[in-house]
Amino acid sequence: MNALNEILSSVGRTGLVLVRALRYFPSVLCRSDARHDLLRQLYATGVRTLPVLTVVSFFTGMILALQVGLELRRFNQEIYLGAAVMLTLIREMAPFSCGICLAACVGSAIAAELGTMKVNDEIDALKVMGIPPARFLVAPRVLALVLMAPLLAFYCCILGTIGGGLVGNTQLGVDFSQYMTSAMSMAGEKDLFVGLLKALVFGLAIGVVSAKEGLDTSRGATGVGKATQRSVIVSFLSILVFGYMITRMCYR
Amino acid sequence: MDTIIEFKNVMKRFGEQTVLDGVTFAVERGEILAVVGPSGTGKSVTLKHIVGLLEPDAGEIVTVTPRIGYLFQSGALLAWLTVAENVALPLRETTDLSDAEIDRKVEAALASVELTGAAEKYPSEISGGMLKRAGLARAIVRDVDVVLYDEPTSGLDPVTSGKIHQLIVRLNRERGITSVLVTHDLPRALKIATRILLLKDGKAVVCLSPKEFVKSSEPEVKAFLAAMKGEVL
Ligand SMILES: Nc1ncnc2c1ncn2[C@@H]1O[C@H](COP(=O)(O)OP(=O)(O)OP(=O)(O)O)[C@@H](O)[C@H]1O
Ligand SMILES: [Mg+2]
Repeated sequence: MNALNEILSSVGRTGLVLVRALRYFPSVLCRSDARHDLLRQLYATGVRTLPVLTVVSFFTGMILALQVGLELRRFNQEIYLGAAVMLTLIREMAPFSCGICLAACVGSAIAAELGTMKVNDEIDALKVMGIPPARFLVAPRVLALVLMAPLLAFYCCILGTIGGGLVGNTQLGVDFSQYMTSAMSMAGEKDLFVGLLKALVFGLAIGVVSAKEGLDTSRGATGVGKATQRSVIVSFLSILVFGYMITRMCYR
Repeated sequence: MDTIIEFKNVMKRFGEQTVLDGVTFAVERGEILAVVGPSGTGKSVTLKHIVGLLEPDAGEIVTVTPRIGYLFQSGALLAWLTVAENVALPLRETTDLSDAEIDRKVEAALASVELTGAAEKYPSEISGGMLKRAGLARAIVRDVDVVLYDEPTSGLDPVTSGKIHQLIVRLNRERGITSVLVTHDLPRALKIATRILLLKDGKAVVCLSPKEFVKSSEPEVKAFLAAMKGEVL
């Protein structure tokens, strides 16, 4: 019973963080100081994620090409390798990998940063000065994630496709230009749209969850560590749940 | 007298633990009220109630003015802004003042805490005493009627503590800023405060002028004074 209560109140507080962040999105775009901060957050989001995401994307594409390509070769259907890799990436794997990287690289950093601020009374200090933390801290970070996630997922898709093509070429003897033609022929606008929407939702979920964990940090030496850990765990779970729900809604 | 903050029978509980158990006292305009008491009796909790960071479970808190500055124990500056930007923050975020006007006010605030030289430094680059003074500059950069000080001198050397106490007195005299000063430094509190409030076991035991406080026959006060003496010697 207690555990259920705990979960419900946690979900409620996350919802509250979400609503407050959304409410301040317009003010982040309108005020010039806030726009500066948004740029800073966009930059931080990109820089923190790109190195890891680059490696992850490349390998995701390579693994996909190898697994699928070996099966396709049994049926002499290697010409479809490009399409199979691209479709898997754009529909599922690119938003997913991108979400995982964002949760690990950016969400954890947000939770740690806000958690440290909470423990140092900086959040309280903002409140006393009449500056809502939701506007000043949460909204720019969440908005940066929402904007960057689709871009990064797109990047992941492109890089993964190239990685898959290289494996196809070197390991499976699929001509690279044939691979690319196949890749571009199958994926439609809907796939792109749903894939990017997924990434966007993941970005929003990671931002809100991490901000909530940061703001809920308890005092004591382990507080910030726990908040960071929880932000990553809850972000991962949200990515899986929302990923399934969006797939279920868009493809039937 | 003119009351600026009033606690009426305020109760606050965290789970099973009752921290404030019917606290009643008033802060008069223009005074320096020192709040003393053993560690963990709810002095910080009391300050947080004044600015609404915490809500009482029962009782009432009346504050006549919304213009209250708060000096947190750690200074609570934002790490990614310089000292000057930190001090400018409340003006930038909550007023429409021009940049020139903000710069002027920030400079004046920094000058009054003798931090002009450190304006462009980041919080990680300055000492603990400077952090507290920067926090104080940020608290007074807006026009405030009251400043709440949460242990402004704990962990500082006697010389820096003395400076901060002088600053509190100067702000009080020159700008008429009412001060609520939570402190463990009883000797200095006795020197600069107009009244001393002793909090113990969730109650406001007495609220007396320094002279009356040291002579009080209240057993709680005597016990506290004796304990403080023991600590000093
Ligand atoms: N947000 C909170 N949640 C739960 N308990 C709290 C909270 N804030 C304070 N407490 C508890 O309330 C009690 C009083 O805390 P407070 O910080 O006011 O003490 P204090 O008088 O300021 O002590 P010190 O002189 O050591 O700073 C402590 O036992 C503390 O554990
Ligand atoms: Mg305290």
